[in-house]
Amino acid sequence: MLLIECPWCGPRDESEFAYGGEAHIVRPPDPANVSDEEWADYLFYRKNPLGDHQEQWQHASGCRRWFNAQRDTLTYQIERGYGIGEAAPGGEG
Amino acid sequence: MKYSLFSLVRNGLSHHEKWPRAWRKVEPKREYDVVIVGGGGHGLATAYYLAKEHGVTNVAVLEKGYLGGGNTGRNTEVVRSNYLWDEAAHLYEFSLKLWQDLSRDLNFNLMYSKRGVLSLGHSLQEMRDIARRVNANRLNGIDSELLTPEQVKELVPILNTSPSARYPILGASLQRRGGTARHDAVAWGFARAADARGVDVIQQCEVTGIRRENGAVVGVDTTKGHVAAKKVGVVTAGSSGVLAEMAGFRLPIESHPLQAWVTEPIKPVLDSVIMSNAVHAYVSQTDRGELLAGAGIDSYLGYGQRGSFSVIEHAVAALIELFPIFSRLRMMRQWGGIVDTCPDACPIIGETPVRGLYFNCGWGTGGYKATPGSGWVFAYTMANERPHELNAPFSLDRFTTGHLIDEHGAAGVAH
Repeated sequence: MLLIECPWCGPRDESEFAYGGEAHIVRPPDPANVSDEEWADYLFYRKNPLGDHQEQWQHASGCRRWFNAQRDTLTYQIERGYGIGEAAPGGEG
Repeated sequence: MKYSLFSLVRNGLSHHEKWPRAWRKVEPKREYDVVIVGGGGHGLATAYYLAKEHGVTNVAVLEKGYLGGGNTGRNTEVVRSNYLWDEAAHLYEFSLKLWQDLSRDLNFNLMYSKRGVLSLGHSLQEMRDIARRVNANRLNGIDSELLTPEQVKELVPILNTSPSARYPILGASLQRRGGTARHDAVAWGFARAADARGVDVIQQCEVTGIRRENGAVVGVDTTKGHVAAKKVGVVTAGSSGVLAEMAGFRLPIESHPLQAWVTEPIKPVLDSVIMSNAVHAYVSQTDRGELLAGAGIDSYLGYGQRGSFSVIEHAVAALIELFPIFSRLRMMRQWGGIVDTCPDACPIIGETPVRGLYFNCGWGTGGYKATPGSGWVFAYTMANERPHELNAPFSLDRFTTGHLIDEHGAAGVAH
């Protein structure tokens, strides 16, 4: 069971949270004018890294607010949480 | 040496101390026609069918750990073919037909047991989906039956079929040819049979890089040195994304932990496989008497081969509602495997952006049942440099063309 720190409510059990997938995916601003490859990349292709991953979480059974977190996908250690709309740690994304 | 009653008796007389190795222990050569990355069931089956069906024997299978130590040895052993869409149904049914004679073909007892697979329905909508799937199966020539709650109770008396149960059972689908097969034996059987045809099976040899020149693969870097290869087939399940990164492209895949567990062994109580999509749990009883059960995947991306406790708690609670008789059993072992899930719950089998490099991945939660068929079509694809008609629909470009094959319902486990 992960112990996840909600920026508003503090540390809570993993079962209170919903996972929201990879963070910082930007919908193409003009969908009608992107190629099939670009659209497929936006819809389906993911980084899926072994190591640091920037991802979205929602405190679904609590305050219901969203936040971003950087988590190691092997150790599951959450290195830091940060707000939606904030830049990814280390300037990645 | 051929395994037989005669060889068993003869080796019994020498106290089983003189059995020969099942496959040779070899160091990698500097060059191969084909290198298969990943010594699980699918990779070993690919090597076997390359040698058997296509005469390609200058082949190495490179495994970073031990054979079948990944998802091949971590699944719940279920074999079936009752998938909804034509493309998937044909592929899994082809595989189920190969299972029928596989023990004889490999001269290795896979303990394939056609004990029947039941998929329970707990709501009216689920029963409509199940009926649709049963009808689709029958149109594709796959045996599939729709059962009433009374028929379910007759087959599995220990199920709680009370109308006031937490998860009332409104019916089920049944595939009688479905069942289980011993998963370690599948890895060992394919390894031994491939080795007998000249394939080098090399364990504790991790691939650390994929070398390319002018857009074509030329070999792999390993912990035992560089191995040149004309063609490379990657069959690494949960680590597919890591291998794709080595080759310089991305996949529409996310890796998640999927867990299973066994209870202490008990006398026979369950002679079929019971699955329930709604509660994300499935259970069968092994020949040793343990109840072998599995849960849904962890929601978040992960490469740690363990599962989340909240997921196991959810699945165990549901199983005890379905089988009140199990409530006092103790759990012996629990483990996790990393499954590579695709957006449409179907695999990717075929060519990649790199010439000569082929991927067989994305089987998600349900690859074990397809082991022989997957190896067969992947061997065909690598030998002929084009997909077989069975795996052509499962190319990587379906995510660009939009021809997805949505098997979330028949896959049976939450993605």
